[in-house]
Amino acid sequence: MKTTRREFIKISSLGAGSLALATPSLSWLGGNEEPMDDTQAKRYANYCEVCFWNCAGWAYTNKEGKLWKIIGNDVDQHSMGRFCPRGTGGIGAYYDSDRLKTPLIRVEVDGKQTYKEATWDEALDLVAKRLMEVKRKHGASSVALFNHGNSGKHMSHLLRAFGTTNMGSPANAQCKTPREIAFGATFGHELHSPEPLDIRDTRCLVLIGSHLGENMHNGQVQEMSEAIDKGATIITVDPRFSTAASKSKFWLPIKPATDIALLLAWMNVLINNEWYNKKYVEKYTYGFDQLKAYVQPFTPEWAFGETGIEPQNIIATAREMANAAPAVIVHPGRHTAWYGDDTQRLRAVAILNALLGSWGARGGFYHPAQAKVPKFQTPEYPAVEWGWKVLSEGKYRMANAGITNVLVDASHPEWKNEKKIKAWMVIGSNLMATIPNPAYTLEAIQNLDFMVVVDTMPADITGYADVVLPECTYLERYDDLRVSEHRQPNIALRVPAAEPMYESKPAWWMAKELSKRMGLGAFFPWNDYAEVLDFQLKKLGTSLEEFKNVGVMNLERPYEDLYFAEDEEAEFETNTGKIELYSTAFEEEGYPPLPVYTKHAQPPEGYYRLIYGRAPMHTFSRTNNNPLLTDLMDENDLWVNPKVANEWGLKNGQYLWLQNHHGVISDFPIKVRVTERIRWDSVYMVHGFGSTNKKLTRAFGRGISDTQMISEIMLDSETGSTGMRGNFVTFITEDPRKEVVS
Amino acid sequence: MRYGMAIDTKKCVGCSDCVVACQTENNVPVGYCRDWIVENTAGTYPKLELEIRSERCNHCDNSPCVRCCPTGASHIIDGGIVVVTHVDCIGCGACIQSCPYDARYSHPEGYVDKCTFCHHRVENGQNPACVSVCPTHCMYFGDLDDPNSEISKMVSTRKWKVLAPEAGTKPQIFYLV
Ligand code: SF4
Repeated sequence: MKTTRREFIKISSLGAGSLALATPSLSWLGGNEEPMDDTQAKRYANYCEVCFWNCAGWAYTNKEGKLWKIIGNDVDQHSMGRFCPRGTGGIGAYYDSDRLKTPLIRVEVDGKQTYKEATWDEALDLVAKRLMEVKRKHGASSVALFNHGNSGKHMSHLLRAFGTTNMGSPANAQCKTPREIAFGATFGHELHSPEPLDIRDTRCLVLIGSHLGENMHNGQVQEMSEAIDKGATIITVDPRFSTAASKSKFWLPIKPATDIALLLAWMNVLINNEWYNKKYVEKYTYGFDQLKAYVQPFTPEWAFGETGIEPQNIIATAREMANAAPAVIVHPGRHTAWYGDDTQRLRAVAILNALLGSWGARGGFYHPAQAKVPKFQTPEYPAVEWGWKVLSEGKYRMANAGITNVLVDASHPEWKNEKKIKAWMVIGSNLMATIPNPAYTLEAIQNLDFMVVVDTMPADITGYADVVLPECTYLERYDDLRVSEHRQPNIALRVPAAEPMYESKPAWWMAKELSKRMGLGAFFPWNDYAEVLDFQLKKLGTSLEEFKNVGVMNLERPYEDLYFAEDEEAEFETNTGKIELYSTAFEEEGYPPLPVYTKHAQPPEGYYRLIYGRAPMHTFSRTNNNPLLTDLMDENDLWVNPKVANEWGLKNGQYLWLQNHHGVISDFPIKVRVTERIRWDSVYMVHGFGSTNKKLTRAFGRGISDTQMISEIMLDSETGSTGMRGNFVTFITEDPRKEVVS
Repeated sequence: MRYGMAIDTKKCVGCSDCVVACQTENNVPVGYCRDWIVENTAGTYPKLELEIRSERCNHCDNSPCVRCCPTGASHIIDGGIVVVTHVDCIGCGACIQSCPYDARYSHPEGYVDKCTFCHHRVENGQNPACVSVCPTHCMYFGDLDDPNSEISKMVSTRKWKVLAPEAGTKPQIFYLV
């Protein structure tokens, strides 16, 4: 069937129900109510869903029983009793009057596409019918899931039961895959979340590709502060004078795209001065001799030419690390998809940590432990006809999970392989703002038979869905127990603190309702998700009722093995059973076994490298309409070095548009911030702004979406991750769309 | 008993958690705040310095806002906390003008509002909302009259500054530098 082109539908143009409450109420609870004594207040256990860190805490209600505030749970290892600003402001996600309120179905009225408000039965019937149709025609594997977060798990369960493993999350291929693969190849262990960094006891923290403090990964920020108190040295490598750089003993203002050169030079210095941890390297690692020979050309003087960092500073920082070793952390970062040689760069980071002996050391990387939680018995998933690996066509051989951008490719009209993706389910994942080159993603969407989007908010992607299913927020639902890896094994509970607002529903309910309509009811043998939690908690010796009073439980570690003991024998899950400085797994697959430095393009005259990052009060586009958080920051700005501003005659606070080196022009303007804190060859903005959905009354058209400006995608050859830092932009000071608009 | 606050600029990352925590704790309307973040950059690339601090009412010992209040709505309670009794406030705004720290705002309901040091929490032995939420633990609250309190120790062992000392207001918020 040829589907008609999906016009973007502004959800705001809909019926009366959606018109009410266009502006936020002045205050959360109305009036000037004096705050109450919270020791007397009712509180509900939850863990935060504003970012993956999933801090556990308590949602408090006030005298009227309305949601009031969220506070960290003191015994929780993720939050240590304190939420970050986004988590504290999470209450705004519940009160946001722009939320999706009812199921919506795309219909055509007088030749114009619009959404019709639908009942749940209508919407779910339609989703089930369309997915079954796609399965009949193209096979279950042609349905893809794009998911994120804890509610995504319910839908991945449904679609595994349905018969597809074509699933991807932007949190991998647009973010951390290169890091996971590189650390997995080196230490036989991926880092996962939260990363097992022993920052609180470190004596030297090296931030390369991390802007902690602007990125509010809660436990890490708290521990960095503790490390500062204890006198730890911080070394920050960043072309921008980040917040962390301002707290650092050494800031190395590196020329962008040259990080591997610096990492190789550090190895060179550590090895040639014999400052590396010899005992550790001898005992635990494989391939030292090859590494030593390999790094010989990469002297500090050579690296100076590449990175612009003075040789004496390279040597001094290497010395600093060696002095602190093994209580040193060369931070693995998180968003690592930069230049297409990202797995190579992260291998260099991993190797450096191995040379310093920090893996398994106090103040380095600890060995995390995880609680074992019994599974609620459901039937085995059916075998799939074909899976995501087939779509990689022999490339990206180190990837270990579905690659979002390859799923997009396989949906695109230009895709030649006969295995194709024909329908998408998207949950909690605003693809237009996460996968680079949204214009291309849109072409893929237009080529689909069907797309259903599940979300709490009308995001950019929502306007292209055939069916929109409104999900309630994490404050209004049960979800799986949080079973994280940490210093101590632990579990945390999420229970609703309020009834779902409007017609919104939890994803577990949607998945179960869809399963009934798709003949998959056996996979959901419970009536309410609370039953699953109660079953699991009873197996763990407690119950749902009892656990509601504590919210979090920390368990004893089965072994005292947080760090390696003196002279401990250890086997690593690699081919050689050793920490692989020289990666045999990479060699087997035809990838460089030792990290390769590639020279990348630098900006042409009049263009600047687009660098993007985080602000502490936002989680990407997910929070860009939250009334509490937009109160703190409601648009991104463009950091421009004063020299550049002078050349262009740019003034602080003026708005301009950007054009990238492929000619892509930004939809919206952005405010200029003239600051010394950015290099002259780069500009910087916070990711997640410039939303195109008018229904977001606080986010629409505020600032520029960096994702829109990223059309040069440098694919990581090992993993297929989308390197996004190779885009150059120039300024347009007059509105480029003036003619069109007026 | 003299309450005060010390804020460590060496640890503050300017995340604004103190601002949101105050808004939710005290039901501060959207678009207003009782505390806020200031960032100062000095130098030229790459020789730069950045100071970040969380600011609010300084609960001054010599408080111009209290002196100029025509109704007595602005007054000082136990522990030296400067408060505004909303029902007594006529919203004339004299105090807003007199404050060298711009710490007060006109609440949409017609009265003047500002930081209370969360005295409703302090009475319970809790810290103010901003202090108890701060992910960097950069704020210390307590009794400056007690030499053994954490804040007294901070102020006696660390270098500090206060804001606008020339105004002679005797502010009770100390920035550790
Ligand atoms: S770090 Fe912040 S946003 Fe992330 S889970 Fe914790 S409180 Fe929530």
